Amino acid sequence: MKKTLKTQVLIIGGGATGTGVARDLALRGVKCILVEKKDINAGASGANHGLLHSGARYVSNDPESARECRNENRLLRQLAPDCIEETGGMFVAVEGDDEKFIADFQGYCEKADLSCRPLDIREAREAEPALSDKIIAAYAVDDASIDPFKLVLENITDAQKLGCKFLRHSRVVRFNKQGEKINSVDLINQTTGAELSIEADIIVNASGAWAGQIAALADAHIDVLYSKGTLLITHNRVTHSVVNRLRPPGDADILVPGGTVSIIGTTSLRMESLDQIRPTVSEVDRIVDEGAAMMPCLETTRYIRAYSGVRPLLGGGGKADDRSVTRGFDLVDHARDGIENLITITGGKLTTFRLMAEKTADLVCGRIGVSAPCQTQRIPLISDHETRWAVPGFSPKYWFKEHDKDDLLLCECEMVPQSAIQEIVDYFDIFDQQPDMRGIGKRSRIGKGSCQGNFCSLRIASFLYDRDLLSADQGAGEIRSFIHERWKGQRCLLWETPVVQAELQEAMHCGFFGLELTTESRKAF
Amino acid sequence: MANVKERRANLTIIGTGMAGMAAACFAARNRIDTVQIGVNSGLIYSSGYLDLMAIHPIGSRMSWNNPWQAIDQLVVDHPDHPYARLRKADIKTALDQFLDFMAIADHPYVHQPDKNTEVMTPVGTVKRTYAVPESMWEGAVALKERKSCLVVDFTGLKAFSAKQIADMLMPRWPGIRPLRLTFPAAGASADLYPEQMARSLEIEENRIRLADAIKPHIGDAKAVGLPAILGIYSPNLVRRHLEALLNLKIFEIPTIPPSIPGLRLKESMEKALTAQNIHLIRQKRVLSVKTQPNGGFLLGVGDQGSHAIEQVIDTRAVLLAGGRFLGMGLHAGRKKIREPLFDLPVFQPEDRALWHNDDFFSPHGHPINQAGLEIDDHFRPVGPAGKPVYKNLFAAGAILAHQDWMRQKCGAGLAIATAYGAVAAIRQSL
Repeated sequence: MKKTLKTQVLIIGGGATGTGVARDLALRGVKCILVEKKDINAGASGANHGLLHSGARYVSNDPESARECRNENRLLRQLAPDCIEETGGMFVAVEGDDEKFIADFQGYCEKADLSCRPLDIREAREAEPALSDKIIAAYAVDDASIDPFKLVLENITDAQKLGCKFLRHSRVVRFNKQGEKINSVDLINQTTGAELSIEADIIVNASGAWAGQIAALADAHIDVLYSKGTLLITHNRVTHSVVNRLRPPGDADILVPGGTVSIIGTTSLRMESLDQIRPTVSEVDRIVDEGAAMMPCLETTRYIRAYSGVRPLLGGGGKADDRSVTRGFDLVDHARDGIENLITITGGKLTTFRLMAEKTADLVCGRIGVSAPCQTQRIPLISDHETRWAVPGFSPKYWFKEHDKDDLLLCECEMVPQSAIQEIVDYFDIFDQQPDMRGIGKRSRIGKGSCQGNFCSLRIASFLYDRDLLSADQGAGEIRSFIHERWKGQRCLLWETPVVQAELQEAMHCGFFGLELTTESRKAF
Repeated sequence: MANVKERRANLTIIGTGMAGMAAACFAARNRIDTVQIGVNSGLIYSSGYLDLMAIHPIGSRMSWNNPWQAIDQLVVDHPDHPYARLRKADIKTALDQFLDFMAIADHPYVHQPDKNTEVMTPVGTVKRTYAVPESMWEGAVALKERKSCLVVDFTGLKAFSAKQIADMLMPRWPGIRPLRLTFPAAGASADLYPEQMARSLEIEENRIRLADAIKPHIGDAKAVGLPAILGIYSPNLVRRHLEALLNLKIFEIPTIPPSIPGLRLKESMEKALTAQNIHLIRQKRVLSVKTQPNGGFLLGVGDQGSHAIEQVIDTRAVLLAGGRFLGMGLHAGRKKIREPLFDLPVFQPEDRALWHNDDFFSPHGHPINQAGLEIDDHFRPVGPAGKPVYKNLFAAGAILAHQDWMRQKCGAGLAIATAYGAVAAIRQSL
C-alpha cells in the first residue's frame, strides 16, 4: 500500500536553496519535508566554484546582484565561518584585455559600494607568484571561498534536528490537483521503487535547473534556460586567494582556492536538455588554455576532477553570452498560473542562497499564516558532528589526534578512518535511510583523493558487508555506481599520471574483477 | 663518461612485466645472450591467474568455456589482433613452455586441457581464466563442485571480506559460509598487511595456531578458503601443512592488488631467469637510444630521477615489452599518445575526446585501449606504409595495438604468446 505523509510545506530539491528554505522554515517552527531525487547538491549547488562572491564580478552588468552578494558575503562570514575560508580575492588583467573595462572597474565598484583596492603589479605577483608576468592591472576585493557541501550538509542537518524530514532518492512523478489546489504529490523512491504520497499545504519548487520540469508537472510554467558551466579541480592549490580575470565574464576567468586544491572555470554552453550534463574534452582544453593566460602553471599542473553544473537562467536570454543574463533570482507564486499552493524559487547563486531562502519562506509563511520572523540572519550555522567528515583535511587531523590503532583507514589518500564511515552510516540510520556508497561519498572525502575511488571503494564495500549494510550481490552494483560517479569527473582529464591510474583501475575492476560483466548497478525507477 | 660501463648483448628486453618476463624465459630457452631492463614490474599488480582468452565479442559480454575456440573466433572477427599473428599451435607451445618454466621456477600452475576454469575474486565475482596457481586450485574445484566450504577472513585485513565473498556467491553456491578470525600472529597495529601475514605463516608455530583457530568452526566444510597469505615463497608447503593439520582442502583467494600472488610471480621469475643467465638490470630505465650502422642499437641506461647515463648497452636487437601507460611503454600527453623511446608511430584514436567512453564500465571498452604499436608478422613495429621501422626492433605484450586485454581477459596469454612469437623472430634475425 502506498504510504502517505502529511506536512505543512513540501520542498522539492536538495541543493543550497531547498535546504536553505528547509532550515529557515524549521527555525520558524514550520513542519516541512524536503524531497530530492538524488542526494544533496546533485545539481548546480554541488557543481560551482565554491566562491563567496564579493560582488565585484557583477558590478559592470548587474549592480543589484553585486549589492546582494556584498551583503550576503558579510553576513555569511559571521554566520557560517566553518564553511568559509577567508582567502581574499583579486581581479587581474593580462596584456590584450579590454583597457576600457580595466579603467572603469574601480568606478563600478565604488558605485556599488564594494571594497576594491588597486594593487601594483609587483605587489600582486609577490602575493601570488603563480600569476603570469603579463599582468597589466590588479585589484584586491573581498572574495572568499565557501564549501558548498559543508554548507548544505549543515543546513539540512540543522533542519532535520528541528524536525524537518529529508527524503533522498525520491523523485516527484505527479501532482494531484483538485481545482486550483495541489492535494498531494506522488513520489517514487529511485533506489527501491517504493511509492509515496505527500499531502502539503504548500509546495516549494527549489529544483534549480529542473524547476521548469517540475512546474510543468503541475501544469505551471517557468521560463528557464540551461547554461552548462564546466570547472576543473587542480591536484595542488595554485594560489592563496581567489583570482578573477578583469574582463567582462568569459571562459575560465575565475580561480578559487580551497583547502589543498584550486578550482578553475567556467565555460558557458547553452543546453537544450538536462540529460547530458557532463564535461567534454574540448571544454577542458579551453579552460586549461584560457586559465594559463592568467596563471601559466595551469598548462602543466595535474587536474583531479572536472565537473559540470547547469545555471538556471531567467528572463529571456538570447543575448550573446549567457553569463550576461541576470544572476538574480526569481520567486514565482503560481497563483498566476491558477495553482494556489505552488511556489517556485530559482536562479540566483550560492552566495545569495540564504536571502533566496528567506524571501521564499516569507512568502510561504504569509500564505500559511505563520507570523514568526526569519532567524537565519542571526542564528549561526552550527558546525555539526555529522558534517565534519566532508571537510577537506579534517579526517587526517582527527586520525592523528585520536591515535586509535584499531581505527583502520579505509581511504588512504584522504585518510578517512572506518569510524568516520560508521558515523555517517549511523547518521543515515537515525533518519531511517539505507546507506549507499555514493551517499557516504557525499558526506566524506572518500574517492576524492588521487586514487579517485579505485582502492577505497573496495575497502568500503567490504566494511559495509561486514556490518550487514550490504548483502547478496549489492556490493558489485555499489562499487560500479561509486566508480562510475568518480569517472564522470575523470574521463576528460586522462593524460599523464591520471591516464596511468585509469589504466590500473580498469585492470583491477574489469580485468581482474570483471565488474563490467555484472548486471547494471541500479534499476531506474 | 669515465665511469660509464659498457656491455654487449644480442638482445635487450625493455620491460619487466609479464611480456618482458615471458620473453626472457623464451630467450633463455633459446640461449640468446640477453639483457633485461625495467622499473617496478607490473607483475605485482597480477592476481596470479593467467588469462588466455575468455570474452568475445566484448560488446555482447559473451564468455567462452574453451579459450582456443574463443581465439579462433577472435582472429576471424579481428584479423588485426596480435593473436592473429600467431598460429594456434604456436600459442599452445608458448603457453606450455611458459607453464613448464613456472613449474621449474617453483611456482606451479594447474589448468584444464583446452578449457577455462572459473575462479573467485576478492570482491566475490567469478571470472574465467586459463591457468591457476596451485595454491588456489582447490578453490576452483570447490566452486565447481559446490563443496561445503568455509571462507575465512581476518579482523584488520582491509578489502577482503569473507561475508562479501560468501554473499556474492551464495546464489550459485549455497554451501559457502564466512568466518571471521583474529589473526593468530597479529602485531600491535590493528591494520594487517598481506606481506606481514604471509611472513608469519612461514613459521610453523603460527600455522598450528591458525589451524587451531579454524578447527572449531569447520562443521561440514570440506574445504577452507583463505586470503592469499600462505607464505611468500612456498605457499604450497604452507598449504599442505594446514591441510594435514585440518584434514581438509585449503586454498587461497587472491587479495586486491598489489598482492602476494603478484609478488610471488615477480620474484620466482626473477630468480629463475637469473639462474638461466638472463642479465637483469633492475630499477633502471633506458634513457637514450642510438641506432648503429649495423642495425643494432646503443642504449643509454640510468636512473629515472637523475637522468645520468650509467651504462651503455651495445645490443643487436631490442624487444619493447613495456606495456602501456602504467608500464611506461606508451606515454599519453594532453594532445596525443607517443612511444617515448624510439618515437615509433602509435595507432590511436584521432582525438583525445575519443579515448574514453562516458561509461567506465561500458561493455564496449575504451577506444584508447586499442591504441599501441602496429607490427608485421615478425613482431616488428611498422610505419604508415606497413614496413618495419627498424630491422632489429621488436615488440610484444600490451604495448601492441588492436587488443583490449582487460576486457577480453587475455592479458597473460597475449603477453606470453606475443613474447614467444617475437623471440622466435629475433632468433631468426640474429
